[in-house]
Amino acid sequence: MSSEALIDLLQIILLTVTSVVVMVTTAFKRDHGLINSLTQAGLFASLLIFVFVDPILPLQVTPLLIFDEYSLFFSTLIIVGAIAVTALAYPYFEKHNEQNEEFYILVVTGTLGGVVLASSNHFVSLFLGMEMIGISLYAMIAYPIHAKVVAKHPLEAAIKYMILSGIASGMMLFGMALIYAMLGTFEFNSLATATAALTGDNNPVLLTGYMLIIAGMAFKLSLVPFHIWTPDVYEGAPVPVTAYLATISKAAMVAVALRLILNARAFDYPQITVVLSLMAAASMIFGNLLALMQNNVKRLFAYSSIAHLGYLMVVVISAAVVPDMLSIESMSYYIAAYFLMSLGGFAVTSAISNSGKELDMISDYRGLFWRNPWLATVMIVVLFSLAGIPLTAGFIGKFYIFNTGVEGGLWFLLTMLIIGSSIGLYYYLRLIYTMLQPAADGLKNDPAGAAIPMGTNAVLGVMTLAIIYLGVYPMPLITRLQSLASIF
Amino acid sequence: MILVWLMLILFAGGIGAWLAESRGSEHPRAVALCAILLDLFLVVMMLVAPEAIGLSADTVAQLGQGGDWLVLYEADWIPRFGVSFIFGADGLSLLLIGLTVFLGLMALGSAWGEIHERSGFFYFNLLWTLAGVIGVFTALDLFLFFFFWEVMLIPMYFIIAIWGHENKHYAAMKFFIFTQVSGLLMLLSILVLAYYHYLASGEVSFSYFDLLGTDIPPEISMLVMLGFFLAFATKLPAVPLHNWLPDAHSQAPTAGSVILAGILLKTGAYGLIRFAVPLFPEESLSFAPVAMTMGVISILYTAVVAFAQNDLKRLIAYTSVSHMGFVLVGVYSWNPQGVQGAVMTMLAHGFSAAALFMLAGGLQHRIHTRDMDKMGGFWGVAPKMGFMALFFTVAAVGMPGLGNFVGEFLVLLGSFRVNILLTSFAALGLVVAAVYSLIVIQKVFHGKNKNNYVMADLSTVEMLCFALMMIGLIWMGMYPQTMLDMAQPTLESLGVVFP
Repeated sequence: MSSEALIDLLQIILLTVTSVVVMVTTAFKRDHGLINSLTQAGLFASLLIFVFVDPILPLQVTPLLIFDEYSLFFSTLIIVGAIAVTALAYPYFEKHNEQNEEFYILVVTGTLGGVVLASSNHFVSLFLGMEMIGISLYAMIAYPIHAKVVAKHPLEAAIKYMILSGIASGMMLFGMALIYAMLGTFEFNSLATATAALTGDNNPVLLTGYMLIIAGMAFKLSLVPFHIWTPDVYEGAPVPVTAYLATISKAAMVAVALRLILNARAFDYPQITVVLSLMAAASMIFGNLLALMQNNVKRLFAYSSIAHLGYLMVVVISAAVVPDMLSIESMSYYIAAYFLMSLGGFAVTSAISNSGKELDMISDYRGLFWRNPWLATVMIVVLFSLAGIPLTAGFIGKFYIFNTGVEGGLWFLLTMLIIGSSIGLYYYLRLIYTMLQPAADGLKNDPAGAAIPMGTNAVLGVMTLAIIYLGVYPMPLITRLQSLASIF
Repeated sequence: MILVWLMLILFAGGIGAWLAESRGSEHPRAVALCAILLDLFLVVMMLVAPEAIGLSADTVAQLGQGGDWLVLYEADWIPRFGVSFIFGADGLSLLLIGLTVFLGLMALGSAWGEIHERSGFFYFNLLWTLAGVIGVFTALDLFLFFFFWEVMLIPMYFIIAIWGHENKHYAAMKFFIFTQVSGLLMLLSILVLAYYHYLASGEVSFSYFDLLGTDIPPEISMLVMLGFFLAFATKLPAVPLHNWLPDAHSQAPTAGSVILAGILLKTGAYGLIRFAVPLFPEESLSFAPVAMTMGVISILYTAVVAFAQNDLKRLIAYTSVSHMGFVLVGVYSWNPQGVQGAVMTMLAHGFSAAALFMLAGGLQHRIHTRDMDKMGGFWGVAPKMGFMALFFTVAAVGMPGLGNFVGEFLVLLGSFRVNILLTSFAALGLVVAAVYSLIVIQKVFHGKNKNNYVMADLSTVEMLCFALMMIGLIWMGMYPQTMLDMAQPTLESLGVVFP
């Protein structure tokens, strides 16, 4: 293996080393603070490594992985997410759970899976990465199973996620097998040429293969009609894990999905566009409609994430008609914005929940603006961003989607987008309004007024600043995204 | 740059007011007063002595569109989308900026004795709304315009949702959703417009000057125009999109109602004059009969509905819709008289509606009800208030010699040349206006004081506010030429043909 390849692999190597170090240290000394700091150090090192060492881009390393600006952007995003989750996890578990140390091994292995997915251009690494995130998540969701007071039903959530995600993996494997049977290759870049070599258009077996893969991915991305697990798992899992699920596992999957679709020229099949459009439209409408009826903030975020992934699919579908560069750029921007909003939102939820049980009902937020202006301000920024109001990253993201949709002439999807976001306004505003209400007497002395742990505070601050900065001055990120979009 | 300063002062003043709350609940209003007075000073200087504040001939940029732009400010913002900061003010913008800052002062006056709870955040929102509105009146990049269009909503939402009356949740939500959804349609239209400009010129831009005269395929151009029209007609508002207004106005605190009725509604009218018609001249011409019919329906329908209200603020809210109907008719008659009349109506209605809402708010603050059935005989208890109410009601009805008359008369004159039938119906509005206005005076100030309410008469601050607005209305009524002269070059450059 060449030294260039080794340099490109540094991130993955560092993450692996971190997980081993954390595991070994745990065996010798159980110390939550120490393990947490070790994990943070490892994650930071793998995040910053490419600041000091120039990766050689783009480069195919082994047939499984490719390293380019695109993969680097997504792995950066994923590692930032992991750092935030680790920061949130420390105060959360410190108070309610014993033996928290193994949790961080799972965080790191899941992140490793995410990085692998972001740089995957082979079905094998796709499956490998997906399962690494999946298996780490099963355990992470169920982690506080002995701590009665924290998450409500972690075991139920974990089993639900495991079974459904197992089915999804099965479908994907079957899809891959069908594609392999037809094309004889697992590599993304040779899919298109192999398809062209096939005799006859619209090979039904190949199409079925793609459809199965799309179904599997839709499970992970919780697109309607494969969304059923989302609210229950979001609600049941401990907050840091919910944040992990909402951001890292989705961003990684979106990254690889777009790479696969663009490389395989999957949009040459009109059926795929139709199916994706229907799923996108359904996600936007049903996600938002169902969110209206929620009284639990985590469930509300779950449905809202379904809707947001629906918005995102508009960009993915636009790849069928607009230049690849534009859809990659829009998609990456939206994912980045979505990442910040979700992490910010869950950071607030976890800061509020420090009392010994999770306070995740909407009524728990009553009067938050007067009890704890800082937390409420973050939440309001996050919610406005989710609703796509100017001055926030969410607005620029939505603007990108509109822009891409107009260029692609996707009028049906744009109409659904407008309807969906109008419905969405209602429940975001309802939560904001609840926070603006005068606090009820019983809530006066709740811990939301107490000191917020430093790690949580850092996450809150960074996310809020980033959301506003990207909403007011998005140009630096855009320039970066344009450079990464030029690689396909 | 001076325009940017106008906004920055308000933004900074807002933050200052919020911070000042920690030193006592009376401090924020002083900070807010300073910020608004400073802005007012700058605006007056811009109008009276531009040289004194460094506006020389070369900062008064001449742009290719024929009109004079006082102080144009340009800077890159998001070059990826060809979005830049372009702020410019011409006569029309300056008139409306003046109105904004002045009514901001009035709103401050009405909040002076009313808002004591969480006053820091209140004045923060008040000033930020004003800054957002000034942004709307000066932004000449469509992306920037949309940006401010949305930004001014959020603080207004907070004002209604926090300091509003009994049904504030519903009202605030409705206000926000109506404006947001229609705003999204406008965003879509803006993007389509920019896209076709891009196809034609190969250059991404949202600049107003670039997008003027963009060719859009005829089969969709009407739809694109409608996107703009719906957003502006919702804000104006015109029947049947007016539904949010009575709730928002009646639930908002006094200062909120003053700003809503006095300023925010005018952003809709401004959008029509500046964007909807000039960007789509032909489509607007063929759409004019529909828009004018909507205007006439607004005038008559809401006048009748207003008459049926017994909630004082709701009644005034409906009359606002009725008056804004005249603006719609005037704009779409698109001749000098019509559009000048629309501008005059905007200004005069800004004053009269703000004053009436201040009176209604003052009454509610004193007797804790807006139900007119419970009122009566207040002239005896509060004669100054009675006089002011009579004056501004009469102004709203369209008494010659006061601003509203000039505006509505010009509108009718203009639209008469375009559509006689619609004009005849619109003219009926003046009659109905007398009916619903006089019923207010009759029910509230005449008759017997059934519940024996005792209340303080107008305070000095309030008297000062009302006196200023009286002077304004009389000026507009007696010598409207000041305003007409300022607006004329703008209107000419927008394509209104003056003889």
